[in-house]
Amino acid sequence: MPKLSNMSYKNQRILIIFLFSLVPVALLLTFSYLPVFKMFQYSFTSWDGFSKKMEYVGFENYKTIFTRPEYFAVFKVSLYYFFATFVQMGLALYFATILSFNVRLKNWFKGILFFPTLLNGVAIGFIFLFFFKPEGTLNTILDLLGLGAWQQKWLLNPNLINISLAFASVWRYMGMNFIIFLGAISSIGSDIYEASEIDGANRWHQFRHIIIPSIKRILQLNLILAVSGAIGVFEIPYVMTGGSNGSGTFVIQTVDVAFKYSKLGLASAMAVVLLGIVVLVTILQRVLIKEEK
Amino acid sequence: MKKNKVMAGIMGLTLMAGLFTGCSSNNNAGNEAAGNTGNTGNAAEATAAPEGDAAKELKGEITVITQRTDIVDTVFKDYAAKFNEKYPDVKVNFEALSTYEDQIKIRMSTSDYGDVLLLPTSVAIKDLPDFFEPLGKMADLEQQYTGLEERSVDGISYGIPITVNFSGIIYNKQVFKDAGITEVPRTIDQFMTALQNIKDKTDAVPLYTNYAAGWTLTQWESALATVAGNRDYVNITQVASDDNFVQGQPHYDLYKVMYDAAKNGLIEEDPTTTDWESSKADLANGKIGTMVLGSWAIGQIKGVATNPDDVGFMPFPTNAEKVLVPLADDYNLGISIHSRNKEAARAWVDWFINESGYPTTEGGGMSPVKGAELPEILKQFEGTEVTFDTLTPAKAGEEGWVDAIDKEAEIGLWQPDFKKVIIEAAIGNRRESYDNIMKDLNDKWKAARAKITAAQ
Repeated sequence: MPKLSNMSYKNQRILIIFLFSLVPVALLLTFSYLPVFKMFQYSFTSWDGFSKKMEYVGFENYKTIFTRPEYFAVFKVSLYYFFATFVQMGLALYFATILSFNVRLKNWFKGILFFPTLLNGVAIGFIFLFFFKPEGTLNTILDLLGLGAWQQKWLLNPNLINISLAFASVWRYMGMNFIIFLGAISSIGSDIYEASEIDGANRWHQFRHIIIPSIKRILQLNLILAVSGAIGVFEIPYVMTGGSNGSGTFVIQTVDVAFKYSKLGLASAMAVVLLGIVVLVTILQRVLIKEEK
Repeated sequence: MKKNKVMAGIMGLTLMAGLFTGCSSNNNAGNEAAGNTGNTGNAAEATAAPEGDAAKELKGEITVITQRTDIVDTVFKDYAAKFNEKYPDVKVNFEALSTYEDQIKIRMSTSDYGDVLLLPTSVAIKDLPDFFEPLGKMADLEQQYTGLEERSVDGISYGIPITVNFSGIIYNKQVFKDAGITEVPRTIDQFMTALQNIKDKTDAVPLYTNYAAGWTLTQWESALATVAGNRDYVNITQVASDDNFVQGQPHYDLYKVMYDAAKNGLIEEDPTTTDWESSKADLANGKIGTMVLGSWAIGQIKGVATNPDDVGFMPFPTNAEKVLVPLADDYNLGISIHSRNKEAARAWVDWFINESGYPTTEGGGMSPVKGAELPEILKQFEGTEVTFDTLTPAKAGEEGWVDAIDKEAEIGLWQPDFKKVIIEAAIGNRRESYDNIMKDLNDKWKAARAKITAAQ
């Protein structure tokens, strides 16, 4: 029987690396690459999702998508989330900076800010559905604060619905940005702050000239993630409004096409198109940010 | 830092609020009566013949999948016990799915989807033989059951309805009385006047749309045959027409009721945040005047009423000459083609439909068994001009066309989408007029119809 100790050190190492990566690679292949591969395959069929027969239709589905402008009209909803992204990043950076200095109840605040990230998206949808009801939390608070005149039907008003939903989205995802910024800021050595204080720098100067340059890379990364997130918004509007009242996004539309109208092939093609758009936007961002330097 | 504290306070409150809402979240199984699909041609042979009662020594274990999460551990357990009195050696397991339609669709891509299950309405009729065991020739089974035509392929039946629903308006009698409505409205104009009276004279919401739940809006589509006043309309006349959504056609009149009610402020204050679970109690206790639903909801609403006698059923208003209340299958019960104990599964199907009492008690509709007694709530209509009848099945060779055209066009007759658009337009959230919406639907219908009829 071959023994591990009989092998050379180099071979032992290869074998162990191979064995250890076997499980994660298998998982990755099964749950990431295989579905994506299948999605590409389905996008060339007119499959309805169950039928045993799958008919290849070539580029028919892609033609349908690009000849029907209403499929792309929903991208203007993404703009709300795109702008919300900057609010989200701003808030995250603000809190991260403040909490990186010595503040009372620092850890408690960190916990509060990060907490929404741990919650399930569906639960958050229901929380905010209640929050935005006419007799819900938000209007009650406004009433208590004497701002009764500001009360709104947050999800009914077509000018407000996407802002309301984007707000929920900011609440949900800010914690993640926050914790990444906090980590990055913590890695700046305390001696730099001390030195700057001796030179007479105040908090704003420190933020402007020490923190921002040090976390620039992380800032870019977060921005890229947030922007591609804004393109692929799904769960909050889906759970809260089902995409009605003008809050539909491209992903909701894709899900509708697949499961309401049983056009899985067309929906796969839409997913491929979305993937393409996300990749494109990411590349564009990287190129533009690089050019700035 | 002050800002931070206010923020934290708001978050805290939100969380508390969330804890309470979580409890009443909507987990209804999309109990829709899918009434508009006919049968489509594809060769299939009946393999499992109905068996006699000589099968006392029937053995095995079967899994029954149901959508009734609410009663799976209570009523269904009792059913199993009673079933075992007749078939002592068959072990029955239950599995309840909360979003039945979505979950079962995914399960059906494997071979493990129970022994006895409900036929998902989204499976194309012609594909049924790939997934379900034939129950017998429709011509034979027809002697015994009604409603078989909805899930039959080439004269072979693949499912028996668990109950037969009738659709219309469920209303609160006390609210009607308070509003001074003495006679149940019959025409559309009378109905609109009644709603206006409810608004003027009571605090109740005249017509609750349940917009947020979505699937509740699809219940309106069931009233199509009533508005048309003709049992041929849904599967025959409609398919033969390019003008399905133009003025004067049933679809136009039907959803005009929805539009006008929303436009005149006769619906709930904020439709975007409605809640199905609490709406049942609100209707039962006089906070809501009317809701458009199927008979399956009557039992659920009476169940939460302080005075169940206040809950009434009326046909959808119509300008047609006679008042026809369409009867349509609820889910159909069938047997998986992968079942290992098909005979035991078949015994359960027969027992469940004929002997469990489910169709009228828990199902809340009519029994599919021919000659069974009418439910209590329908007895008031005996001797009136109101008739109850099933829809005419599609013409031979045109089975499933309504569904095919609907999907091709992405209209969604049985989906909430365009109903939501109608309500949004009516309350002023969209620029389109009612006629714009109908024209758009009609254009889609026309194009898809041309494509489907050409392909057949």
